[in-house]
Amino acid sequence: MAASRSARRRIPDAALPWLCVAAVLVLFELLPRMGFLPREHFPPISETIKTLFDQLGESSFWEAVWNTLQGWALGLGIAAALAIPIGIVIGSSSLLYRAMRGLIEFLRPIPSVALIPLAILIYGTGLQSKVFLAAFASFWQLLVATLYGVQDVDPVATDTARSFGFSRPQRLFRVTLPSAVPYIATGFRIASAVSLILTVTAELVIGSAGLGRAINVARSGGNEELMYALIIVTGILGVLLNLIFVQAERRVLRWHPSQRPGGAAA
Amino acid sequence: MSARRERLLATLLEVTVPILALVAWGVASSGSETYYFPPLTDILETFADTWLFERVGSDVVPSLLRMGAGYTIAVVLGIALGLLLGMSRTARRAAAPIVEFLRAIPPPALLPFAILVIGVGNSMKVFIIAFVCVWPILLNTIGGVTGVDPTLRDTTRVYGIDTRDRVWRVMLPAASPQIFAGMRTSLSLALIMMVISEMVASTNGIGYLVLEWQRTFRIPEMWSGILLLGILGYALNGIFVLIERRLLRWHRGARASALS
Repeated sequence: MAASRSARRRIPDAALPWLCVAAVLVLFELLPRMGFLPREHFPPISETIKTLFDQLGESSFWEAVWNTLQGWALGLGIAAALAIPIGIVIGSSSLLYRAMRGLIEFLRPIPSVALIPLAILIYGTGLQSKVFLAAFASFWQLLVATLYGVQDVDPVATDTARSFGFSRPQRLFRVTLPSAVPYIATGFRIASAVSLILTVTAELVIGSAGLGRAINVARSGGNEELMYALIIVTGILGVLLNLIFVQAERRVLRWHPSQRPGGAAA
Repeated sequence: MSARRERLLATLLEVTVPILALVAWGVASSGSETYYFPPLTDILETFADTWLFERVGSDVVPSLLRMGAGYTIAVVLGIALGLLLGMSRTARRAAAPIVEFLRAIPPPALLPFAILVIGVGNSMKVFIIAFVCVWPILLNTIGGVTGVDPTLRDTTRVYGIDTRDRVWRVMLPAASPQIFAGMRTSLSLALIMMVISEMVASTNGIGYLVLEWQRTFRIPEMWSGILLLGILGYALNGIFVLIERRLLRWHRGARASALS
């Protein structure tokens, strides 16, 4: 009896999110058509989706996607290559950590977009500016995540390794890094989002090639369908990149308690 | 004794290193002939000339007002919607895909949309700041509410405490540490969106000025603007931490007594 009731409940439950998405789509189809939303600003969603599919055949569209992904990947990569080693070095010594903490706490809250004018001066309006801004912003996310991770190592594990005669590099690779990995993985996921945001910002404000510039060009050219289609594409990009990092986190951290069924954090 | 001395040394270093870094910048840039990197003393002089206090009323205050308005709307909406979605599993499931999608859009991508629909005035900037800041607060509120101790939740139900009291006296206090974490993330986002929205479409504000000075190659002025934004970021974060510490004192106290 109880089983059949829960089965009956489960069907609408699983369909609920889809129903809601469908409702929103229908709303954005009907409201502009019936004149409740100004049609020149809100084209019916079907026209936006049609534009989106048309774009899939355009090489300029794929070029913009590629440009954005390039800025994202280079920014994130450079940030990781700098932040993780620096974080490990600073985090491994409590004296060094205390010495740098004030400086980090002072530099971290500086809004990265404040550096846009400087980036234009030094690197111009191309890919380099974009990468500089994305790398600068993601650097802090990854640095702080690495610092937390390295410092959260169980002291018993470190002491045990030391008394078993592990050398410093051995302790680093066998004890410190594995236990910092969950923090670094979370830092990567956040830094990935930040890198994408700054890449799109640079394209929009500085005018580097990519989706951000394409969106702005579509707006100023009065092509609303294209503007909405490209905004949807950046959203899909954001969802996909996040999904990739969540999956990677799960795979890399299969051994970690938080990823086991019934673990503390999901 | 040596542990104490080490602690003292560490505290000393924590204070002196940023000062040393500033001095190093000053020394390295003094007599700098590089056009893009003027001496720090020039920047500081320009800073005093430019910002104190001539442009406070014309640019700094409008910027901060827009940011404050957007942020306040985001806090109110984020907590209200978060409570709603946090307390109803059905609503949470129904809204999940839409929330996930809207949150994943890189915020600046929405600027052209906001300009198109609302125009280039103040309301566009307030809208975009609020729209971007609402997600961290919303998600953290949902997380805080769904994470309320099940025993506590059941107890309020068994005792027949009505919804209003349950929200104000149980859910909100229990979720507040997480809500504050979201609000802190949103505060730095608010500053970022304030700057971007002014860079893209504005006739006043700190973001507008900084980019304008770069375009007209007034380099020391540009640096003074970057410096001001840095100080603002640091100060806002500092003020927030102070308020949070005061408001959540009971939480820390409860934690500490539970541990001891």
